[in-house]
This record gives sequence, structure tokens and C-alpha cells, in this order.
Amino acid sequence: MDKKRRDFLKIAGATTLAGLGGPAVVERLVSGTSPAQAKAAHGAETHGVVSEHEKENAPTGRRLGMVVDLRQLKKHPELMEKIVHACHAQHNVPHFPNKKDEIKWIWRTEFDKAFTEHSHYHKDKLTIANDVLVFCNHCDEPPCVKACPTRATFKTKDGIVAMDYHRCIGCRFCMAACPYGSRSFNWRDPRAGLDMNRINRHFPTRMRGVVEKCNFCAELVGLGKLPKCVEVCGSTRAMIFGDLNDPDSEIRKVLKDNFTIQRKPSLGTHPSVFYIV
Amino acid sequence: MYDGGKIIPGLIIFVLFITFPVWYNRGNAGAVPQPELPKKFKECVLPYADMRAEHMQLLNRWRDQVLRTGDWGFDVKIGDTMYQKSLMNTCMQCHTSKKKFCDRCHTYASVKPYCWDCHIAPVE
Amino acid sequence: MFEKALKGNKYYWMWLAFLGTFMAIAAFCYVRQFHYGLGLTGMSRDVSWGLYISQFTFLVGVAAGGVMLALPYYVHNYKVFGKITILGEFLAIAALLMCLSFIVVDLGQPMRLMNVILHAQPRSMLFYDMIVLNGYLFLNILCGWVILTAERKEVKPPKWIYFFVYLSIPFAVSIHTVTAMLYCGLPGRHFWLSAIIAPRFLASAFAAGPALIVIVALILKRVANFDVGKKAVDKLATIILYAALVNMFFVGLEFFVAYYSNIPGHIHSIEYLFFGLEHNGHVYNNLVPFMRMFVVLFVVGVALLSIPYTRKRSDFWLGAGCTALFISLWLDKGIGFVLGGFVPNPLNEITEYYPTANEIFIVVGIWAMGGFVLTILYKIALGVEHEIEA
Ligand code: SF4
Ligand code: SF4
Ligand code: SF4
Repeated sequence: MDKKRRDFLKIAGATTLAGLGGPAVVERLVSGTSPAQAKAAHGAETHGVVSEHEKENAPTGRRLGMVVDLRQLKKHPELMEKIVHACHAQHNVPHFPNKKDEIKWIWRTEFDKAFTEHSHYHKDKLTIANDVLVFCNHCDEPPCVKACPTRATFKTKDGIVAMDYHRCIGCRFCMAACPYGSRSFNWRDPRAGLDMNRINRHFPTRMRGVVEKCNFCAELVGLGKLPKCVEVCGSTRAMIFGDLNDPDSEIRKVLKDNFTIQRKPSLGTHPSVFYIV
Repeated sequence: MYDGGKIIPGLIIFVLFITFPVWYNRGNAGAVPQPELPKKFKECVLPYADMRAEHMQLLNRWRDQVLRTGDWGFDVKIGDTMYQKSLMNTCMQCHTSKKKFCDRCHTYASVKPYCWDCHIAPVE
Repeated sequence: MFEKALKGNKYYWMWLAFLGTFMAIAAFCYVRQFHYGLGLTGMSRDVSWGLYISQFTFLVGVAAGGVMLALPYYVHNYKVFGKITILGEFLAIAALLMCLSFIVVDLGQPMRLMNVILHAQPRSMLFYDMIVLNGYLFLNILCGWVILTAERKEVKPPKWIYFFVYLSIPFAVSIHTVTAMLYCGLPGRHFWLSAIIAPRFLASAFAAGPALIVIVALILKRVANFDVGKKAVDKLATIILYAALVNMFFVGLEFFVAYYSNIPGHIHSIEYLFFGLEHNGHVYNNLVPFMRMFVVLFVVGVALLSIPYTRKRSDFWLGAGCTALFISLWLDKGIGFVLGGFVPNPLNEITEYYPTANEIFIVVGIWAMGGFVLTILYKIALGVEHEIEA
């Protein structure tokens, strides 16, 4: 190895080290603490093994979320159909018998389809029998929002992943990006799949060529009401809605008292919908 | 090469041709549209002239405030009552006929707003 | 210079009319789709991108492939590529126009296209894709035109153009890298979530683009009396061969990672593409013939390009080899890559995609449009070349 080359490698090595260590040094200088402490203070940003799945938002700001209690859904077998129907009626979600045109905001599916990452070897009776309601998770780190080139999909200050149908260009990038299959596209005029005499006259339909999904009932929540699905559950409390960032909220209490799971937590999307099995 | 004798009359004919609709309808703009106003109410969100000129900007502003800012509240004051910022749930509650209100001007001006692709007009 | 496109023999016009017919059919089919919606295609909630986006992905590669000529010629001053380089630049223009058309026909609301600029979201990869694709299109039009004009006047191209020529090289790499990033940054789509996608795209592009150029060069030699030179074609064949092998190497690595790690999510799509995926007692395998064809044609193409007799002695076998590789790479990226990524869907269900006739006609029509533009551009370029020779 000639000298020049060796010098080059030395410099390159030193630069790399500086690059790796540099930020830590700067952080230390700025915060006046050791790197370890500085990291702990930024707990939310660490990409540690455990914290990644349970990232909590900064305590400021609202983050609306939902807990679905599968035990209650099991106890009230007619409830799921009722919920799905109520949601779709509230939001004028069209019904197309042809699977190719299908649009759905919330639907019933089997446990292993909703939770693809869980072991299904010798399942217990409950899990086999238990169907699950799935809908948009209103992820805290939503890949659909990142993907959308027009900001037609965006996150509101309440943590709702909302859509602006006026702006959507129908590129369907968000559908490829959503790891939960929560989104539907209007392959044709949605009004063809609606009974226009029996629609909800307080909520619009969509037009062909845009994507749609569960909106966490922003139109009701914005007026201080409960989402439709939660309202339908009523006293069964099969679905509980609230602010995940408010330590005194009901939903936080439920989360504290029960073991809950999320769909595909390993993807780092931080779903705001939790399930009690 | 430059045959002025042909070019100039040619140009005149061309200009006359493309402006044909203008001078043919000269002084005759058709009957001025008469949108039917609600009988029970006398006041709108803004004074009439402003509504006439700027209702589309107002609707766009409402849309962004409601949808994007998440500001759904009843904060539009008309007379003594507070209303929501909403085309379907506010405007069309007074203007109960799209055909006799919206369409009259829109047809006249030959504009086709896409509002009604999604928003639902009152039953008539 | 456009007048050169207006003079041609009978076959030239017949060829244009032939392509024009398909373009007209496609225009008609698109009007139908525009009025009804994308429901006229075979796409669905589960397979939400179909032939349009897969053709787009493949053609970005064809456009980028031209850099394999520009780089040796302009940067390394490799004179042998003197005549063939312009073919690459003009091919990029035609391919990019096809790409942009495929994007537009795929949009649900094409009239709102400008929202990508009006409400730009710089975190979206589609935003960058738009920038680099349009930038590369602009650079190719500019460079192609200025250099051709200079050639016609038999003067050296102006110095400033070389700035744009050099700029177009990183742009060529970037268009396919950013296109790969559309896919490989999405969580939960295991088949796409692989750091090797961008290099694999580039490798396949550097084979497919030059393969098409060789095919065209061989055709032009026969029909237009334009010979780029045996040495240029031979060098290009070497480039194609290596790039294709590298692409296959990357595909092999994907197989290794999937099957050795034994992670179901990584296996599913590959299994579906090459062997058929069983689900609830039904085997879903509608893409298997295509993907097996990809492998067969790859082997045939590589063989034809590496055996000295078929490669050096006979234009026919050389052309056949390049055609085999081009089709093979098209099956890989223009069919399998995009469609395979959607199977299974995020809930581990399987929906198969079958394009409709309307959709296929639009696809064919856009390819015809690309051929149309390419023919006209080559006609102009060759007209200039012949003029100089005369
Ligand atoms: S579930 Fe899908 S659509 Fe909903 S926020 Fe998450 S990524 Fe977006
Ligand atoms: S389809 Fe609409 S919402 Fe989805 S990414 Fe495209 S513009 Fe955004
Ligand atoms: S929150 Fe509202 S939109 Fe979402 S599933 Fe429930 S009812 Fe439907």
C-alpha cells in the first residue's frame, strides 16, 4: 500500500469516527449532561428495543384513540354487524356486491387476518371463535400521510388521520403504504352503490377517483359527540374512545387495567387502536 | 412573398370569426338570472354583494377550517343564531332548492362547480 | 429540423399509421375510463396498482438505461459510441413520455394533477419522482437537440451544453433510484421492503435500456441505412450481459434472504410469483407462467449474448438475444415486481389481478405512442446524419 493511500484511509477513518461520535459530543455540550442522560430525557425519540413499540407522544396535544374489547363483542354477537352498518350508514359508504369495487371503512374479519404477527399454533377456543373489527388505526406515525404527495391525507391536531377528498388525486400511493389495508378507492361513482333516498343527508358522499377510509367520525367528534361505532356499543362498552395523552381519561384507565394488543406493532406505525382479547 | 393584399383581409375575417359570439350577442346578455331567495330569512353570512362575489372563497375557507384545522364548531353568526360552517348543514338549510338558487346563476354563467359530486343537494 | 420527419418512404408512413391506429384505440378507451372511473381496469382494493404503474416502473428503467452510452462517450471519451449515443438520448425522451402518460392514466382525478405542486408534500417520494422525471426529460430534450443542431451545422456543440450532459448522468441514476424508493420505503410490504431494490432496478435498467437500443440499431441498419458500427454494438452487448447477470444475482439474493431466513412475509410474494401460493385449499398462481418465462428467456438471452458465434457472427442471433433479455426483464419488472408486491394483502388474503381489455388497449396504445415519438425522433436524427454524410 503506498503512502498516499494509507494517509487517505487514515483520514477517512478519523472522519467517520468523528461523524459517529460527533453528535453525541455536541449533544453533551449543548445539554450539559452526559450522552446517556441526554438520551433518557429524549425518551420518546430513542429507538431502543422496547420503547419503539410503546412510544408515547409528547404529553402536549391530543391523541385520540380507541380500545376494542373483543370479549364484549363476543358476548353480544349481533353487535358487530350493527356497528359496521351504523358506520357505513353515517358516512354514506356505498355497497358494491362486486368485490373488485368494494369500499369499506370498518369490517369484521378473523383473528389471524387482523393479527398476522401472532402465533396461531394451537389456538385457544376464544381466539378461533373471536372475530375482530378492523378499521383505520389512526397511526401516530402514519405511513399513508408520508406517502401522500398532495397532503390530501394528513394528521390533525387531535391525532386523527384525516382525508381531504377535495384534494386527493387518486394516485393510491397511500393504499400501497398502509400496512393494514384500511383504505378503499372509489373505482366508480360511489352513488351507484347507494340508495340515494336513504342516505345520511348531513354527510357528503365521495366522488369517483378518490381514496376513503374511517375518519374517526371527525364530523361528530368535532361537535363533542362520540364516534358512531362507540355510540352503538352503548353500555356494552365494547369500544372505548378517548384521548390517549390525557392521563385521567377513561381510555387510559382501561389501558392501564387490561392487557391490550395492537395490529403489527413491529412496523413502528404506533397504532392508536388497541384490542383487548 | 409578403402578400399584404391577402393577409390583411384574412386577418380581419379571422378576428371577426373568433369574436363572433361577442358581437352577435351584443347588448343582449340574455335574461339576468333571478336566484330565488329564502322567504323566511332576510340575512346571510355576509352582505348580499359580498356573498354574490365571494361565496366560493368563503366556502373554500370554511372547508379548510373544518377539514384541515379541525374547527367544526358553530361559530357563524347570522342574525342572532349561531351556525356550523357547512354547505349542506347551513347554507342549504335556508336555500332549500339547489335548482332555484345555485343552478340559476351557475347555468347562466356556465360554471359547473364540482361541489355536488359529493355534497348532497336538498330534496326537491 | 422537424421537416425531416415529414419526408419518408411508404414503409415509414405505414409504420406510423400502424402505431397511430393503436394510439387512437387507446384514446377511445381512455375516454371511456375517464368517464366511468378506474373501475374499468382489473385493479381492486387489494391490488391497487396494476399494469399502468408496472409499465411506468419498467420504462423509467428504459429511460435510465441510456446513461450506459452517455457515460462512456461523454465522460470517458469513448469515441466508438459516437453514433449510438444520440439513439440513447432520444430513447430516453420517448420512454419518459410513456412514463408520464402511464402516471396520468393511472390517476383517479387526473384534472387535479397540479395539486402535487400546489400542495407539495416533500416527505412523499412521489414528489421527488416528479421532479427527477421531469428534470431528466428536460435535460434529454435539451442535450439531444443542441448536440444534433451542432452536428447539423458541422460545428462543435457549445461548451455550456456539457454541463447539462454531465448533469444528466446523476439524473439518470436518480430517476430509477427514486422510483425504487416509491416501493422500498413502505412498511408492511415485505416483497418491496428491501434495500436491494434500487440497485436491482438499476441493474435491470442498464440491461433493458441498452438491449432495446441494440435492437433498434440493428433494425435501423437494415431499414434506414444507418450503421452505428460493429464495435459499438459489441461493446453494448457486453454491458447488457453484465448488467443482466447482476440483476439475476440480486434476484437470487432475494430468494436466499426469503427462504433461508424462512420469514413467511418474505417468502409469500416470491412463492406466489414463481410457484403459486396456496391459501384455504386454493393455489393462486396466475403470474407463475410469466415469471418462469422470465427465467427461461433470461437464460436464453444470456446464452445468445455470451456464445461468440451467436454474438459476433450474426445480427439475427444478437438481436434475438437482446430481444429475449428485454422481454425477460420486462416480465420481471414490468409484470412481476409491482403485481407480486400486493400478494398477499395486509390481512394475508389473496386477490389476483386480471387486467381488462380496456386497460390492455390503453397500455398498448401508450407503448405505440412511445414508438411513434421514437420513430419521429430517430427519423430526424438520422436525417441529420445522412445530410452530413452526403
Ligand atoms: S391504519 Fe393505514 S390508513 Fe390508517 S393511519 Fe395507519 S397507515 Fe394510515
Ligand atoms: S390517493 Fe389521494 S390520499 Fe392517497 S396518496 Fe394519492 S392523493 Fe393522497
Ligand atoms: S370511528 Fe367512525 S368512521 Fe371510524 S369506524 Fe367508527 S364509526 Fe366508522
